[in-house]
Amino acid sequence: MHTLPQQLANGLFLGSMYGLIAIGYTMVYGIVQLINFAHGEIFMTGGFGALTVYFYVLPDGTSMWIALPAMLIGGGLIAVLIAVGAERFAYRPLRGAPRLAPLITAIGLSLGLQQVVFNFYPDAKTDRTFPQLGTESFNIGSVHIQSGQLFIIIAAPICMAALGFFVRLSRTGRAMQATAQDPDTAQLMGIDTNRIIVIAFAIGGLFAAVAAVAYGLRYGQIKYDMGFQMGLKAFTAAVLGGIGNIYGAMLGGVVLGVAETLATAYIDGIPGMQQLGGGSWAPVWAFVLLILVLLLRPQGLLGERVADRA
Amino acid sequence: MRHRSLLILTTVLTTGALTLTACGSRDDDKGSDSGSKTTVVIGVDAPLTGQNSATGLGIQYGVQIAVDDANKKNLVPGVTFKVKALDDKAVPASGQQNATALVANKDVLGVVGPLNSGVATQMQQVFDTAGLVQISPSNTAPELTQGKNWQSKKERPYKTYFRTATTDALQGGFAADYAYNTLKKRKVFIVDDKQTYGAGLAKLFKQNFKKAGGKVTAEDHISVGDTDFSSLVTKVKNSGADLFYYGGQYDESEKITKQLKDGGVDIPLFGGDGMFSDTYIETAGKPSEGDLVTSVGVPVTTLPAAKEFIATYKAKKYPGDYGTYGGYSYDAATAIIKAIGNVVKDGKVPSDARTKIVDEVQKTKFDGIAGPVAFDEYGDTTNKQLTVYQVVKGKWKAVKSGTYNAG
Repeated sequence: MHTLPQQLANGLFLGSMYGLIAIGYTMVYGIVQLINFAHGEIFMTGGFGALTVYFYVLPDGTSMWIALPAMLIGGGLIAVLIAVGAERFAYRPLRGAPRLAPLITAIGLSLGLQQVVFNFYPDAKTDRTFPQLGTESFNIGSVHIQSGQLFIIIAAPICMAALGFFVRLSRTGRAMQATAQDPDTAQLMGIDTNRIIVIAFAIGGLFAAVAAVAYGLRYGQIKYDMGFQMGLKAFTAAVLGGIGNIYGAMLGGVVLGVAETLATAYIDGIPGMQQLGGGSWAPVWAFVLLILVLLLRPQGLLGERVADRA
Repeated sequence: MRHRSLLILTTVLTTGALTLTACGSRDDDKGSDSGSKTTVVIGVDAPLTGQNSATGLGIQYGVQIAVDDANKKNLVPGVTFKVKALDDKAVPASGQQNATALVANKDVLGVVGPLNSGVATQMQQVFDTAGLVQISPSNTAPELTQGKNWQSKKERPYKTYFRTATTDALQGGFAADYAYNTLKKRKVFIVDDKQTYGAGLAKLFKQNFKKAGGKVTAEDHISVGDTDFSSLVTKVKNSGADLFYYGGQYDESEKITKQLKDGGVDIPLFGGDGMFSDTYIETAGKPSEGDLVTSVGVPVTTLPAAKEFIATYKAKKYPGDYGTYGGYSYDAATAIIKAIGNVVKDGKVPSDARTKIVDEVQKTKFDGIAGPVAFDEYGDTTNKQLTVYQVVKGKWKAVKSGTYNAG
C-alpha cells in the first residue's frame, strides 16, 4: 500500500478539476433550479479560447509565464461570453416555462456548441495539442508532482477561496444568497434577480475555463467533445456534494476523483474482484458511489434538506 | 387568363423537352462504346474525423491518388473512376451503415477500408451478401480472414474480404521477439483498450513474450476516450516493469506515454501499427522518445516504387499520415481497379460485375508500391513483412524489418 499517497494525490488533482466545473452546475441550479447541460461545452469553449490566444493572438515562442495569464483571460472571456449568451438567449426566454423546456434547450445548445467548434475551428476535427508548462517535476515525500499538475493545485484553492469570500462578504454575494433562497421575495426587496442570474452563469463559465486550461496543461491536448465526459462527471460531483452548495461541489469533485482513482488502483487487488478492477471500470465505481450517497443521504454530502423546493 | 394558360403551356412543354433530353443523354451514355465514359466508384470507409482520423485520412487520400493515376493512365479504357469516401468515426455501427450505403450504390464496384478491425467485423457480412469486394489496408485481427477459431482450425468466413496488411498473429509475435531478444526486456506491463484490435494484439504479445521466457508483471484495461491515466501510471511504477506494452490506437497511447514519463516512469512504451502515426510524436512530444511500434510492411520511404506516391501526396498537401497505410491503400485500390479492368470491357459493366470482380481480386498478382500484392486462400496478403519503428530524435525510424514465423 505504499503507493497510497501518490494515488490519493492523483485523485485530488483529477477531483479538483471536476470540482471547478461542478461550481458552474451548482450555482446555476442553486439560483434558477436549472441543470445547465451545456456547461460541459462551456468548459470546452474555454479551452479553445485559451488555445486561440496562444496560437493566434500571442507571437510564437511567448514564454508560458506571460502566455498562461493571457490564456486564462482569453479562455475565461470566451467561456463567460458563451455562458452569459446562453442564459440570455436560450434560458431567459423560457424562464417560467415547464422544467422540461429549458432542459431540452440545454441539450440542443450542448450539441450545437460541439458542432460549431467541430466544423469551424481550424483542425478541430482531430485533437488539438495544447501548450505545455514543461516536463519538470518534483517530489513531496513519496508523491511525484509534475508541472502540468501544479497549476490545478494552486488554481483550485484560490478560485474556491475567492468565491467563498465573494458570496459571503460582497453585496452581490449576499444578493445571490437571497435570490437562491427565494427569488420572488428577493426581487421585492429591490434585488435585480436577472443581474444575479447572469453573474451566476458568468462565474460558472469563468471557473470552467480555469478547469479547461488545467485539463489542457495536464493532458496535452483538447478536443471538441471533451466537454461531454467531463461535464457528466462534474454534474455527478455537484449532485454528490449537494447540488446548490458551492463547497459541496468542490468536495463532491474531490471525493469523486479520489474514488475513481482508488477504484482503478486497488479493486482488482481484492481477491475475487479481478474482473471488476482496472482503469476501464473507474466510471462504474464513480456511479456506484453516487447511488450509495443518494440512497443514504439524498440531499448530497453537504446539501441541506429543503422541503418546499427542488 | 389567356396569359396564364400560355405560361402553363410553355412551362409544361419546356419541362417535357428537358426531361426527354435528359433521358436521351442517359441512354446515349450506356449505348455508345466510345465518347462519353462510364463512371465507376471506388468506395472508401475510414475514420475521417475524430478518433484515429489522422491515419484514416491517409487511407482516403492513398486511394484518391491511385484513382487519379488510373484515370490519368487510362488503365481501364472507357471507365472513369471516382472515389466516394465515407466517415465511420471508428465506430462499428457507422461502418455498417456506410457499408449498406455503398452496397446500395450500383456504381460502387469495390471498397477500400475500414481502418479498424472492430469496424470490419460489422461490415463483412453486408459486403458478402451483396458480393461486393472489400480490401482493408490495415485490419490486422486474425479472425477477420481465418475465422473465430483461427488458432486451431483456419476457416475463411467471407470470400469478399481481403487485406493488404498482415495479421496480429505475426505482429504480436514479432514485437515480443524484438522486446525479449533485442531490447533484452524481461518484465512487461500490458494494457489494452478492449477493442477487437487492441485486445487481440495485447493477447498475442503476451502469449509470445511468455513463451520466449519473459514475465508479465500485471495487466490492465482502459476505455477508448479516457484521458486520465495517473492511477495506471502509479501502478506501473510500482510493478517494476521494464517495458510497457499497449494494444490500441495512438489517441490514448500518446497520452499514456506522456503521463508515464511525466510521472517518472522511464520505460519505453511498445505498441502496434495503430500507434504508428506522426500525430503520436507531435502530441506526446519529448516523452515519446524511445517508444516503439511494429507496423505492417517495410517503410514506404525505402521503397523506390513509392517515391512518386509520396511526392504526389506531399505536393497535393493532403492531410493525414500516408506513412502507415497510404501505400497499402494505394495498392488495395489498384488491385480493385485492375480487377475491374478485367471485367469491364469498353465501358460495359456486366450485370454480375461485382461477383466477377471478387474472383479477379482473388487471382490478383502484381508489384504494388508497398511490395508484391497477392492474396492467399483466406484473403490474407502473401506479403508478410513487418518492421519495428522507434522514436529517435522526434521521428519514427525503422530499426528492424523482417518476417515472423508464427509456427
